[in-house]
Amino acid sequence: MTQSILIALGVLIVVLTVVAVFDLLPPLRIVPDVTHFDFTRFRRISFPISAALSILAIVLFFTHGLNFGIDFRGGTLLEVQDKSGPADIGAMRAKLSTLGLGDIQLQQFGGPADVLIRVAEQPGGDAAQQAAVQKVRGALGDSVEYRRVEVVGPRVSGELLAYGMLGMMLAIFSILIYLWFRFEWQFALGAMIANVHDIVLTIGFMSISQVDFDLTSIAALLTILGYSLNDTVVIYDRIREMLRRYKKMPMPQLLNESINSTLSRSIITHVTVTLALLALLLFGGHAIHSFTAVMVFGALLVGTYTSIFIAAPILIYLGVGEHRDAPDTPAKK
Amino acid sequence: MLYFTRWKALAIILTALIVCLFAVPNFFSQERVKTWPVWAQRHIVLGLDLQGGSYLLLEVDSNYVKKEKLDQVRDEIRRVLRDAKIGYTGLAVRGDAAEVRVKESDQQAALTKLRELSQPLGGLLGSSGQRSLEVSDAGGGLFRLTVPQAAITERIRQTIEQSIQIVERRINELGTVEPLIQRQGTDRILVQVPGLQDPTDLKRILGQTAKMEFRMVDSSVSPDQVQSGRGVSADSEVLMSEQSPKVPYVIKRQVLVSGGDLTDAQPGFDQRTNEPIVNFKFNSSGSRKFAQATSENVGQPFAIVLDNKVISAPVIREPITGGQGQISGNFTVQAANELALLMRAGALPAPLTVIEERTVGPGLGQDSIEKGKLAAYVGSIMVIAFMLLTYRLFGVFANIAVAINVAMIFGILSLLNATLTLPGIAGVVLTVGIAVDSNVLIYERIREELRGGRNAISAIDAGFRRALATILDSNITTFIAAAVLFYIGTGPVRGFAVTLGIGIITTVFTAFTLTSLIVAGWVRWKRPKTVPI
Repeated sequence: MTQSILIALGVLIVVLTVVAVFDLLPPLRIVPDVTHFDFTRFRRISFPISAALSILAIVLFFTHGLNFGIDFRGGTLLEVQDKSGPADIGAMRAKLSTLGLGDIQLQQFGGPADVLIRVAEQPGGDAAQQAAVQKVRGALGDSVEYRRVEVVGPRVSGELLAYGMLGMMLAIFSILIYLWFRFEWQFALGAMIANVHDIVLTIGFMSISQVDFDLTSIAALLTILGYSLNDTVVIYDRIREMLRRYKKMPMPQLLNESINSTLSRSIITHVTVTLALLALLLFGGHAIHSFTAVMVFGALLVGTYTSIFIAAPILIYLGVGEHRDAPDTPAKK
Repeated sequence: MLYFTRWKALAIILTALIVCLFAVPNFFSQERVKTWPVWAQRHIVLGLDLQGGSYLLLEVDSNYVKKEKLDQVRDEIRRVLRDAKIGYTGLAVRGDAAEVRVKESDQQAALTKLRELSQPLGGLLGSSGQRSLEVSDAGGGLFRLTVPQAAITERIRQTIEQSIQIVERRINELGTVEPLIQRQGTDRILVQVPGLQDPTDLKRILGQTAKMEFRMVDSSVSPDQVQSGRGVSADSEVLMSEQSPKVPYVIKRQVLVSGGDLTDAQPGFDQRTNEPIVNFKFNSSGSRKFAQATSENVGQPFAIVLDNKVISAPVIREPITGGQGQISGNFTVQAANELALLMRAGALPAPLTVIEERTVGPGLGQDSIEKGKLAAYVGSIMVIAFMLLTYRLFGVFANIAVAINVAMIFGILSLLNATLTLPGIAGVVLTVGIAVDSNVLIYERIREELRGGRNAISAIDAGFRRALATILDSNITTFIAAAVLFYIGTGPVRGFAVTLGIGIITTVFTAFTLTSLIVAGWVRWKRPKTVPI
């Protein structure tokens, strides 16, 4: 199966390379060469939408909450595979519920024989968690293969959460400092607003979808951050260049031209990254499923939207380009 | 941008080639690679989530360390006051302090003596003014000695260092392959054992302090008498047996020989009963002490005590002068093996608790590798196809550059002996996206310059020049995110940060050198009037 997919794809590459080298097909153009979308006017719609979505996300966060994984909540997680075929979750639950370990969740995970068992954090500190996992192992015995066992004690979970949050803030902060040096402070501020917007919406998504929020999610969030910034910086770079070239052009028009001239790049890059992420989502297995799902949402949907509709138009409000007074110089050809 | 001197071109190609070559050992088996020269043996290490294994985070019990320290202070107070012949009462550890009361006439002398116990911390360089003990006069002849936080921290640091050595010895004795044992933070030890499926045994072995003592049994009072309410003398205590049924023993507090004097311990079988036993050997000072104790107490029982549990209490039939002995305590073969291991490795200075455990079975690891590989192949191929469709000839250039880029990532990972985790593979896939983006930025810029009316060569030149500045800016921001991830992350997340960070470096390198070199080569060869882009 796997082999044949790969062989087919390999053949495709060879054919396409030949086609490309000998110029046999017209190039694929997703975006027309010249576009004139009025992105900045759209800000009158996009800003309220973003504000509403952000508020919704925050409300969700406080009412619905995040589905904290054991990294941050502490407790025990076991991924087991029934050796005799499809697992009888009911029987397993009956067996485990007699152990007196409080809340135990069982869930099918992947194939029919795979079960994910979550045991809530036990009162009584680290030794109690260890005792709990020993009890579960004892109850299930050798009838299952233990594919993954994770035990996180109460202190570690608290620290991991604190470090995760700290890291996120540290990342935003250091990126801001960098942007402040490379651009003007308005750009740094605009990027920060865009950043926070990304993270808030992604957290809202995590709240709705109830994917496990764990260390990997923090990694996903940071990647989304980096990715969205990458996009924002590309547009900002162009805005800065345009600001130097066209001293008299009104800001909305200048921003529009900047976004339009980088649009083709934005779309093509997003298609390629989407292809890569889709491959991870479809073939990467369960272990990174929630990671890639969050990335697809955050980096591709939110990140792109943010760079175009938030990060760039917001510069108008932050007063970029207000003090240009030199006469307009025509663009060098 | 399009002009490269021959030397520069050569240097770029050589650098890329050498870095790529470092990835070669990963394609051969471990045994094969072992026969190669040392510099060529570097390879990528698979993370525990891919190869399976156990990760344990152990924490030293800092309360225990503190209590030990205070007990030690109490003993020292007793010693100095006795030496100075100063009478005292109420010597005990209460809360965070060791307290002692002396007669009013002795107060001055006692204070001087107690102050001598306190030493500056950090030896000669200790400029902090911190001392190992603080002596305070609570009035009425009552002195309170407390251990300052700095001294406790220092003590915990020492404890961790000793513990690491013991943990290392115990794990190595288990015969595991390439375990990783390192200190984490101030009071923690990280243990990674690749390939270990069930860490139960490991946790049991590391969970014992294994403080071994040879002590006399107090025959003046029998355990039955104690249970029916008779007190034991202050020099003795009641300890339970290790094996069930739990039997009480009255054991003298004085330690004849401690586990620190052991030089070797091996499991074996008793020649007569064929029962599993442990044979042990003392060093010379241990032998001397043991010989003296056994010759003085022939006919009396003595006890072998492990972590305050009596393993066995044999009667001394004759003086044991050779410094060798055997312990038989109704062991199973496994128990005898474990006891011998613990005796050889020595005692932990303080108990360790497992505060985090992550174990991945080999089945899941293998699945993850296969799925990760498949995802990486499919993802890369789709990206490659898309680039070919979009940019045609320049897509071929881009794909060559991206392929070299990925090879260089694996080369650098090998060079660093870095760990590849499943999120790490995701990082590689994401890097493919970023690397492609750098090409897209360049090509789109070239197209823009062409539309602006430049001729082919000047458009290519300007496209590269302008796009590279953008590439640098955008990649640095992502790199900052990766660096922070590396700094705060552990295990798998760190693996992701490593591949992403390295990927960004190679991306910038290829964008600035290889991509332009390829395009420059093509320009020199074809002298194009139009750019097929």
